[in-house]
This record gives sequence, C-alpha cells and structure tokens, in this order.
Amino acid sequence: MTKGTLRDMTTIDNGVNVQALLDAREALKGAPEAAQFTWRASSKWQNGVHSTTRVQHFFGLGQEQSHKSEAVFTADHPEVFAAEDNGITPIEYLLVGLASCLTAGVASVAQNRGIQLRSVESTVEGHHDIRGILGADSDVRNGFNDIKVTFTIDADASQEDIEALVAQSQKRSAVFDALTNPTNVSVEVA
Amino acid sequence: MLERGEVANSWRRERWDSLRLLTPNWLSRLPGHEYAGSDPDDYMTMGEVVEFVERYATVTRAPVQTGTNVTSVRRTDDGYHVTTSRGEISCRTVVIASGACNQPSVPQFADAVPASVRQVTPFDYRGPGQLPDGGVLVVGASATGVQLAAELRRSGRPVTLSVGEHVRLPRLYRGRDVLWWMDASGVWDQRHDEVEDLTRARRLPSPQLVGTPERSTLDLNALTAMGVELVGRWAAVRDGCALFSGGLRNVFSLADLKMRRLLDTFDAWAAGRDADVDPPERFAPTQVPEKSRWQLDLRSGEIRTIIWATGYRPDYRWLHVPVIDPKGHLRHEGGTVDSPGLYALGLPVLRRRRSTFIHGIEDDAHEVITHLTQHLAAKS
Ligand SMILES: Cc1cc2nc3c(=O)[nH]c(=O)nc-3n(C[C@H](O)[C@H](O)[C@H](O)COP(=O)(O)OP(=O)(O)OC[C@H]3O[C@@H](n4cnc5c(N)ncnc54)[C@H](O)[C@@H]3O)c2cc1C
Repeated sequence: MTKGTLRDMTTIDNGVNVQALLDAREALKGAPEAAQFTWRASSKWQNGVHSTTRVQHFFGLGQEQSHKSEAVFTADHPEVFAAEDNGITPIEYLLVGLASCLTAGVASVAQNRGIQLRSVESTVEGHHDIRGILGADSDVRNGFNDIKVTFTIDADASQEDIEALVAQSQKRSAVFDALTNPTNVSVEVA
Repeated sequence: MLERGEVANSWRRERWDSLRLLTPNWLSRLPGHEYAGSDPDDYMTMGEVVEFVERYATVTRAPVQTGTNVTSVRRTDDGYHVTTSRGEISCRTVVIASGACNQPSVPQFADAVPASVRQVTPFDYRGPGQLPDGGVLVVGASATGVQLAAELRRSGRPVTLSVGEHVRLPRLYRGRDVLWWMDASGVWDQRHDEVEDLTRARRLPSPQLVGTPERSTLDLNALTAMGVELVGRWAAVRDGCALFSGGLRNVFSLADLKMRRLLDTFDAWAAGRDADVDPPERFAPTQVPEKSRWQLDLRSGEIRTIIWATGYRPDYRWLHVPVIDPKGHLRHEGGTVDSPGLYALGLPVLRRRRSTFIHGIEDDAHEVITHLTQHLAAKS
C-alpha cells in the first residue's frame, strides 16, 4: 500500500477532508442504520421527449437533509433524433455520474495516500447500439454495450501509483458499481 | 485436547482428492517437526499431510481425545463449562483451535439457481469423475477456484470461471518459490497490530497458487490459455440467469498492481543482500478477454454444475459466549478472546501474517500460551 509520510499528509492538499471520511467510516461501522441514505430526484414532463428533473432533498444520518440549493437538469434528445435538443439525453447523464464519481474517488484516494494532484481529466465514451431502443433488433440491448473511461492525471506520483489510484477509485465508486452490477429497479404508478 | 473426528480431521474429510498443499514441504512445518524427505521444494499430498500431522501427534504425545464433539462452551464464575458428546468438563481456560474453515461459504442467491443445475461445494467435491458431463461454472478465483477450474478443464469439460477480487502470485519468482520470498523478506512477519487494515487482511482471499511437481503458475492467464472462460463477479440471479459484474477489468488491474508492488518489495529486500536469486522479472498483465459475458442462462443446459469456490467460514454454533461479531467471526486481540481465560489459535492473521498458514502456529502458540499461563498464575 502506498502510504504518504506524515509530512506528506500535512503538506499535500487536494481539497478532500479525508479525516472526516475516515472518522465517518469508523463511526458508521457501529451504526449501520445511520449509514442508510436515500437519494431523490423528481421529474416533470415538459413536451415531446423534453423533461426537467430537480434534485435537492435527501435522507441520511437518520434525518432529512438538503443540498444548499436545488439543481435542475434538463433532458431531451438531439436533433438527429428529431427532437428539440433542450438538453442532453438521459443516458448521457449516466456518463456524467460515472465521470464525476470516479474523479471524486481519485481525489480522495490521492489525498489519503499523500499524493498531490495537479490535474485530473477524463473522457468517457459509452458505446450504444440504438437499434435496441428502437426495437429494430431484439438481440440488441437497450443500454450501453460498453463504456470506456480514459484518465489523464498529472500528479507527484509514479505511473504505477497513478494506475493504483484509478483502480482504487473504481473499487470504491458508487456509480461504477451501479453500472457494472445489476440493481433491482421497481417502477410503479402512484 | 478434544477432537470430534480423528487427528488431522480437516485434511482427511474436507479436501478433494488431487489437492496438495500450496506451501512447499520445507515450509509446511510444525514446532520442532519438519519435513525430512528428499523433496523439500515439492508439495505434500493430502495423504502426506495426514501422515505428517499424525506423526506429530505421536511424537509430541499430544493428549488428543478423538471422537469427542464439543457441543457447548459456557462461561462460569471461574472459567468455562464444556459439554461434549462424551460428557461434561469444567476448566479455567479454553483454547479454541477449531479452525477457520469449518463450512464452505455460499452466497444467498444460490437458492435462486434452477434445480436442473447441480451445486457442489469444495467439501462435497472429490474429483471430476463425480460430476455430470457438460459445462461447469466455477465461482471464485482464489486457490480453490483456480485449482478446480484447471482440473475440470483438463477433464474435457467447458469451464467458466467467475472472478471477483483475487490475489495473483507467480509460483516461482527469480528462481525461488514465491512463498520463500514471503518468508525470507519478512512480509509474513508483519504483526497484527502493524497491519493497516486488519479486518481486510483477515479476510484476504487465498493466493492463486497450486502445488505441483512442475511448480507451475496457475494465474488467470494460465487458465485462459487452457481455454477457461472468464466472467466477472457473480452478482445476482434473475429469471434463471446468472448476472456477472462488468468490472472484470478492474479486478485484474487491482491484482496486477498488488502483485507488482509485492515483487517490488521483494526486489528492494534482495537488493541489499547477496541472496541466491535470479535477476528481477515482471509478468504480463492479466489478459482481458475480448468479450466477457455478463449474463448466462442457467436453464439452457450449457452449465450442468456450479462449484462454489467462494471461501470458507468458521462454525461457532457451539460457543455460547458472546464473543462473535455480526459477521460470524471471533472477536479477539492477537488470540486473546474478549472473555477472560478464552483464547484462539489457527485463525488468519491471528498475530502475524504467517498465522494463516500451518507453520504460523509456532510463534502464535508460544505467545498465546504465555498469556494463558500468566492468566492462570494471576488467578491462583
Ligand atoms: C482448502 C485449504 C487448503 C489449505 N492449504 C494450506 C497450505 O497449503 N499450507 C498451509 O500452510 N495452510 C493451508 N491451509 C490453512 C490450514 O488449513 C490452516 O492453517 C491449518 O489447518 C489450521 O489448523 P487448525 O488445526 O487450527 O485447524 P483445522 O485443520 O481446521 O482443525 C480444526 C479441528 O478442530 C475440529 N473441530 C472443529 N469444531 C469442533 C468441535 N465443536 N468439537 C470438536 N472438534 C472440533 C475439527 O474436526 C478439526 O480437526 C489450507 C486451508 C484450506 C481450507
């Protein structure tokens, strides 16, 4: 395991409060109920395939919580799908989630390992055969066939340590897990 | 010493026919009792292990009372009350040496596997001849999983191996057994109170190693070359289909990186010494299959047998002292259990990394028994 020396730990700063995360890990080990979070989003149809989804409140640490402000996301389809393109397509939001989750993981793991980051950039490509969603071929799935993420990282660390950062960030990523493993999804009509 | 079966019971009853130790003969030693044969670098068969342990019991005149099953241990005012299949015993201290691998551990979703597929654990498995012809899905790629996948593939069956996090090791490194390096470089001497994440270290899966006279490496690349198909970690069963994780690439990276880091440690250790070893070497990364399936229809007949090589767990149903954590493991500090006069031996990373292995008992027993005698002395 790459471990920063004490001096490293105090001088490097990726802006992640790792101590708070480590403290939370210890505290929640003995309090699994407090670790139960519910993330929420509410969506409203606008017109055509255009919708607006709002996110602000969530539940965690045993009580209702809230982001500082509400975030609003617009989804639509591009003009090549004969839509108005008021926003990105829903499946692109998955790429946003994956990239931001892995990036956050890289920063946290780097902080924990005493590695100073100078820049972290990534590109995410989801390969998608749209014959699935169009019902043109029943052997083609609806979702991505595969996703490729490429990181370019500038940091005070060897290539091997950087690869280890990226591997560890996948290992601890919520979105990576949600995309690579099946999840029960129940959709009901209220 | 109470033993429900015979001396060396686990090696007699709970292992498959072709198994050999993955520790070389010179390393598979007990206190004052070493391998004396002509092949120190070879690996013992199960018959040889049983003989070795039996001889040890005879030589040390261990007071083993065989055929005595412990059904209950309870705390009393000044010690413990033990109930066995052959009567009751009161004692001031108890050493739990009942093993870490009493039961195969199988995931919950095994219940959802269609009845047409036969399910086998390493405790039931003896050899390929006992399985129906046709495809086998081996779940788990630690020592047990890779060994059974290879054996079943060699029997001519199509084999799919579901791979989660694993520990990759070459059999030989720089001309020496990789476990020679673990031993000599001091990696195995790391104490339980020095390990950064002890919980994790204690549940680390066994390394991908096999003991064969050829001393060959049995990593995932070797299995791929034999024609074993690799799929991701088995996550769930839905409508009779096994669903595997799409994160296979990352478990390869994690294992490759960890192996490289370990080899770096060995090289750094060797650099300052004139150890009799070959030059440093590095191994090809784990080959990522061009396409790996994340879904397998268990009703199609493609898979006739599932082998759960998903690890083992201890069985403490007889231990009626509140020292078991919610995951079913004993709460102890280097073998001193959280109840006065109660001790443990023979558990993974009990006092140091080598505790996981047969030869780890020497130092552990010495230290734990020192504590035990002090406990007795203080009370009398
Ligand atoms: C598949 C496998 C392969 C392994 N390969 C190696 C290897 O190559 N090299 C190596 O160094 N280590 C290996 N190990 C680890 C090795 O088994 C342990 O380090 C060692 O066996 C521990 O010995 P033990 O006596 O503590 O436990 P065990 O060998 O498990 O013995 C425990 C004994 O307690 C008895 N018992 C349990 N419960 C009761 C009860 N309630 N009442 C009475 N008796 C009871 C059992 O019958 C058994 O005989 C392997 C383990 C497994 C599972």
